[in-house]
Amino acid sequence: MIAAPLTITGGRLVLPGGIEDGGVRLENGLIAALGEVAPAEGDERVDARGALIAPALVDYGTFAVDKPAFHFGGIARAALMPDQSPPLDHPARVRFAAQSGKPGLWVHPLAAATVNLAGEHLAEIALMREAGARGIATGRKWIADSGVMLRLLRYAAMLDLVVVTHAEDGGLAGTAAATAGEMATRLGLPSAPAEAEALAAARDIALAEMAGARLHLRQVTTRAALDLVRAAKARGVAVTAGVTPAHIMLSDLATGGFRTFARLSPPLRAEDDRRAVLAALADGTIDIVASGHDPRGPEDKRLPFADALPGMAGAETLLPAVLGLVRDGTITMARAFDLVAGAPARLLGVDAGVLRVGAAADIALIDPDRPWVVDSRKMAASAGNTPFDGQPVQGRATALFKGGARLV
Amino acid sequence: MDLPPPPAADGRYPAGGLAFPHRDLLGIGHLARHEILYLLDEAERWVALNRQAAKRVDLLAGLTIINAFFENSTRTLLSFEIAGKRLGADVVNMHAAQSSVKKGETLIDTAMTLNAMRADAIVIRHGSSGAVALIADKVDCPVLNAGDGQHEHPTQALLDALTLRHALRERGETADDFTGLKVTICGDILHSRVARSNILALTALGAEVRVCAPPALMPAAVDRLGVIPYHDFAAALAGADVVMMLRLQSERMSGQFIPSAREYRYLYGLTGERLALAAPGALVMHPGPMNRGVEIDSDVAEMDGISLITRQVEMGVALRMACLDVLTRRARGLPGWGDPAPGTEQWV
Repeated sequence: MIAAPLTITGGRLVLPGGIEDGGVRLENGLIAALGEVAPAEGDERVDARGALIAPALVDYGTFAVDKPAFHFGGIARAALMPDQSPPLDHPARVRFAAQSGKPGLWVHPLAAATVNLAGEHLAEIALMREAGARGIATGRKWIADSGVMLRLLRYAAMLDLVVVTHAEDGGLAGTAAATAGEMATRLGLPSAPAEAEALAAARDIALAEMAGARLHLRQVTTRAALDLVRAAKARGVAVTAGVTPAHIMLSDLATGGFRTFARLSPPLRAEDDRRAVLAALADGTIDIVASGHDPRGPEDKRLPFADALPGMAGAETLLPAVLGLVRDGTITMARAFDLVAGAPARLLGVDAGVLRVGAAADIALIDPDRPWVVDSRKMAASAGNTPFDGQPVQGRATALFKGGARLV
Repeated sequence: MDLPPPPAADGRYPAGGLAFPHRDLLGIGHLARHEILYLLDEAERWVALNRQAAKRVDLLAGLTIINAFFENSTRTLLSFEIAGKRLGADVVNMHAAQSSVKKGETLIDTAMTLNAMRADAIVIRHGSSGAVALIADKVDCPVLNAGDGQHEHPTQALLDALTLRHALRERGETADDFTGLKVTICGDILHSRVARSNILALTALGAEVRVCAPPALMPAAVDRLGVIPYHDFAAALAGADVVMMLRLQSERMSGQFIPSAREYRYLYGLTGERLALAAPGALVMHPGPMNRGVEIDSDVAEMDGISLITRQVEMGVALRMACLDVLTRRARGLPGWGDPAPGTEQWV
């Protein structure tokens, strides 16, 4: 679908170098001009009225294709986790998933690293790459067998595919539903020490370094693991780190009262770890903030805490979360959009997520200050399991363009 | 028959229903110190009654109490059943072992079913922490937590406090609360809801609580609950006034947490020699059922005037009668126990 040329004027461009007044001209699905743009004869015209003209968000690592929620959140592309039913461990499923959102949402599948995500036998990774996979993921769990993991990383390095891992040592984590600490002890929840993350991160970094593979730790949520990532980056390892707004904004206190919307994987951490996440966002150790969008209905969530399934509906709150970090002075606006658009697009290897002439015309108009209240009963997502229920937030996408075509 | 009057307020508690302004009894963690004392004082009325030949009153006549046990239980279920019957209520037991009633919506559905049967109180035991609160949220009547996972077992902690109070009074010691009393709780602290509720109740009443367990059975950051953790049983026992032993589940003695039962006994079994390390005349408690010869030796369990283990069972009935009485007062329309006081959130 090629939309008619479109010119947006009167906005504030979110460029990699900072904010500049100006506009953007979109043509043939690409950004044709930036800055002082003048609409050509016959162009559709949009007046941004002072809104931010930003790259549409690229959400790295979602569990569902939930278009209304993504569009609400200003998200035009999503990297889909292989944890589907059935899992994305077969080229045909990858091909289907890659087409499942078009035209309004581009889904970039992450192929299952192992058959049935069981962590034992390598899946047909090269064929899945051919079918449209933009990376390889271990899924919700880590791969326990270090031998399998090393072979996977070597294979991925040969194919130049990033390996996305869930850094949680399975032996320590077991069936834990919480991080070991005062909160888990008070609630009587099965818990695992936070070090389960650092152990897994250390192993995966060591193996990736050995294999010369690109490694993305999808969620790094503890001080110890962030220190490992920081050190690995400093010595030139091709490792990147992500996190979701839950671990930026919440500590394990949010699980009080057995609130299952705060049952997440990895579980919420102690306040000290949350502060370490903020520091890692500020100093660049964390590369990507993603929603981890995982809508779950009452049949999965209205259960005793440990029996409930982990996950949160996060697509709608991703943007306000990073804008909150800008408002707090933790990061700049340009960095915020690198966290949610630029860096994920680079990791996917797609020419999007950034305002640059020639890049995909995926644009969001954003009012960064507009106040609204997160309400689990009124979500665009297919389920309202948000740990931010009832919280006042600021920042909304007021319009969304994918490939130059207006969606919202 | 004539009942002794309920405890006088005397400034010790707020008047009427404000003395215990909760619809449910979900955990000790929800209770203020004076509310714990209020339930203990209320229970005193029933201790005397239970020692008579005719033990039945008609206080709760016409009320229906459902004991919904999603986890196997013999003594707690029996205790609640006897308590309800002695108060004249119609008591129905629902055994829903975890295997037959699947988790998921079924739990909520079960709660709605029980609610639709218009029970006046529901007593629930469930294997998952927080499950009882989840059900309480869905029903319109008072809910009593008879144990939820590894979270709380409030009536056990209250009956332990009542037992302790009686034993101390019989020795001529004041036992309005437990200020200065040294209590050592030893065993599987990590998996024990009895331990959690007792820690909360005993510390609220002023006791110095020590917990003793091997590292694998000790919860993280347990000191944040105001207790002193020990791995060395001898050190934990030194000078203790009360030794509370916990049951060790047999499945935890076979290598995963503890190498073997005999090794556990070697390190943590309460023998006569070990008990001598505690303060002279130290009292011994155990919530039952006991693994004799593992966490506690038979001769210790049966020491006259020292072991309170059978007394705990006796006090359990009285304490549960008090809880059922207090929590059904609103339904029975007792003056002062009706609607919430203006500006308060009670009864919500």
